Amino acid sequence: MRTFRIGGVHPQDNKQYSAHQAITECPLPKQAIIPLVQHIGAPAQAAVEVGKKVKVGDLLAKAGGFVSANIASPVSGTVSKIDQATDAWGAPMQVIVIDVEGDEWAETIDRTPELKTECTLEPKEIVDKIAAAGIVGLGGACFPTHVKLLPPPGKTAEVLIINGVECEPYLTCDHQLMLEHGEEIVVGIRILMRALNVSRAIIGIENNKKDAIQHMQELVKDVPGVEVKALMLKYPQGGEKQLIDACIGRQVPSGALPIEVGAVVDNVATVYAVYEAVQKNKPLVSRVMTVTGKDVKHPGNYCVRFGTPIDEVIALAGGVPEGTGKIIGGGPMMGRAMDHTEGMPANKRLSGLLFLPEAESHRPEPDPCIRCAKCVDACPMGLEPYLLSKLFENEKWEELEKHDIMDCIDCGCCVFTCPSHRRLLDDIRPGKAKVGGILRERAAAAKKG
Amino acid sequence: MEKLIVAPAPHAHSGDSVRRNMLLVIAALIPAYAVSIVAFGWGALITMAISVAACVGCEWLITKYLLKQKPTLCDCSAVLTGMLLAFNVPSNLDWWILVLGAVFAIGVGKMTFGGLGQNPFNPALVGRVFLLISFPAQMTTWPKAQGFASAIMGQQVTDANSGATPLYYLKHLVGLDNGPEAVKTVADLKMTSLSDAFLGAMGGSLGEVCALALILGGLFLICTRVITWHIPVSIIATVALFAACTGWAGALPEGIDTCHYVAYELLTGGVMLGAFFMATDYVTSPMSACGKLIFGIGIGLIVMVIRTWGNYPEGMSFAILMMNAVVPLLNKIRPRHFGEKKKA
Repeated sequence: MRTFRIGGVHPQDNKQYSAHQAITECPLPKQAIIPLVQHIGAPAQAAVEVGKKVKVGDLLAKAGGFVSANIASPVSGTVSKIDQATDAWGAPMQVIVIDVEGDEWAETIDRTPELKTECTLEPKEIVDKIAAAGIVGLGGACFPTHVKLLPPPGKTAEVLIINGVECEPYLTCDHQLMLEHGEEIVVGIRILMRALNVSRAIIGIENNKKDAIQHMQELVKDVPGVEVKALMLKYPQGGEKQLIDACIGRQVPSGALPIEVGAVVDNVATVYAVYEAVQKNKPLVSRVMTVTGKDVKHPGNYCVRFGTPIDEVIALAGGVPEGTGKIIGGGPMMGRAMDHTEGMPANKRLSGLLFLPEAESHRPEPDPCIRCAKCVDACPMGLEPYLLSKLFENEKWEELEKHDIMDCIDCGCCVFTCPSHRRLLDDIRPGKAKVGGILRERAAAAKKG
Repeated sequence: MEKLIVAPAPHAHSGDSVRRNMLLVIAALIPAYAVSIVAFGWGALITMAISVAACVGCEWLITKYLLKQKPTLCDCSAVLTGMLLAFNVPSNLDWWILVLGAVFAIGVGKMTFGGLGQNPFNPALVGRVFLLISFPAQMTTWPKAQGFASAIMGQQVTDANSGATPLYYLKHLVGLDNGPEAVKTVADLKMTSLSDAFLGAMGGSLGEVCALALILGGLFLICTRVITWHIPVSIIATVALFAACTGWAGALPEGIDTCHYVAYELLTGGVMLGAFFMATDYVTSPMSACGKLIFGIGIGLIVMVIRTWGNYPEGMSFAILMMNAVVPLLNKIRPRHFGEKKKA
């Protein structure tokens, strides 16, 4: 069985709490709060005014640039506010608030459950539909999907890689989606292959989801060019570059995009959204998210409309468990600990809510570095985290650049593995920000000159 | 709701700790130590107790009264240094010499540099080499070990048997003409059979007499991922290759063939102890796989050069210390980054 070739760690996967819990529809909120930034790139521009009546699927905000994404209304009702709010991490965000009235959908949307397999659209039409639907990568990065489907001039895609890895511990939403909507995902894959004009697609699934591997294998049996690859369990296999390495044995060079080695990667949830957008005219208005934790009463996979206050999702899962110390948006390796939950809406980015008991919430005091090199062995990008941390402390920006700090994918393997509990990423993250700034300045100066 | 705890990701940890690694190394030393107790009796127990107590006491005194810091004994690294120092001295060493060595190991070898993680040289070896240079006679008079067999049969081997180790004879082997001297040296060497060396019935420092136990401990460390294979394998391979070349070059007198010679070089002296336990010390070994391999090859070469042409019959301590000095340089070798092309 294959896996990526450099580094990686083996955290406990802890998926048992919510695995195989059927996807449950979360009830509609009374009020939906929709942030205008739910993707990487320029913020979307509000396309509605206060007082306007909207239906599910109506355009709320328009993409604010090439790398940006539309936002469709996830509920029906009246726009009551367009406002500034604070997100769960303290940063400001622009939001559109809608008072929900009923659940009326735009007429163009096909809400019937039958599987529509036929697709005769031209690649351009497919990409336009995906862009219109506001689809972004639902694996976590939220990169606008239509941008990935338009390779830069001179580059051609050879293979489509579908990310069914879900390497974050605890999360099970992609797993459950493959089990319940495998057929739609396969159609979505064929649509994306058509859009990219590639004849080959690989679905990568980690070996801790044997039923999903089997199910998907069964479904693609007669689909030419599509295969399922079972991958050895290792974090961060869901990282784009790691997954490409694991699936086709090619390593994307530093600073380059996957298209450099002929690959385009999309998450299974994204592919499902593509199916719905292209075949059913349904924009991205909801996602499946995992609510989980050791002490959660009803851990499970919930289909949540964007804008739903997460407190309502938490209530559905049985409330915040006694003795919770940390609430994490996402998984334990890359998710972000929330400062508060009141008024925080579900959005495209939020793949899960994880409740950690107080005892597991504190970071132990760091000990001195003993130069054991475990961080070097664990880094999936082949970097030297101990060195990056030291260079950051000494403000050696040029050295940091030379040691490829910008290649860091934030996966957390170094901190996870460090026997001295050193907070390497606390140095590497700001280091990346600083070096990134220097690089942008240099690029701007080069353009001018 | 009570206040939530906010911290940057990741929110999970492997559960590894400095203490865990040190304890695993200590555990890996136990088989070799058990053989030492059988081989040297009370001497092994007393030497170990003094060494560990002196190292721990010294670190405690320095952190508490000199540096006025939180004591760092919980990480167990001082215990390990004490154990390794004891492993590297004869079991009948005078107690005050041993205490001096321990104070030098911890005080000078470790704490002057800033404590755990900062020292460039392996503290236990710093202590050992300090003693070897200051008290050459006491440090090279070894009691003969009584192996398992003689221990079980109840034969008492006293300090009267003190004498040279197989390495002493080995040293005089290379380049000997096939005269009576060579015949005698080969015969002396063969007093220690290979199985004795393997099972722990030869003269030597406390912890180095049983290659088998050391190899088992080393494999345990590799299996539990405390160390990687690079350093031990490259040291052992280099020593073996060097010894084999000596044999092939025809530098050995009659009566001993290349295979035997290689086995003697590997199984006697501190090669196994050094390769698995001393050279692999995290703080004083390189970070990258490539650096580790060069580090190991360097140690293997230096130890064989010392053994063959140097003044001392044994060179493991010197070899490791010398390569320790090169580690900052070896750490400049960067691992292959993801997506980096192999340099043609």
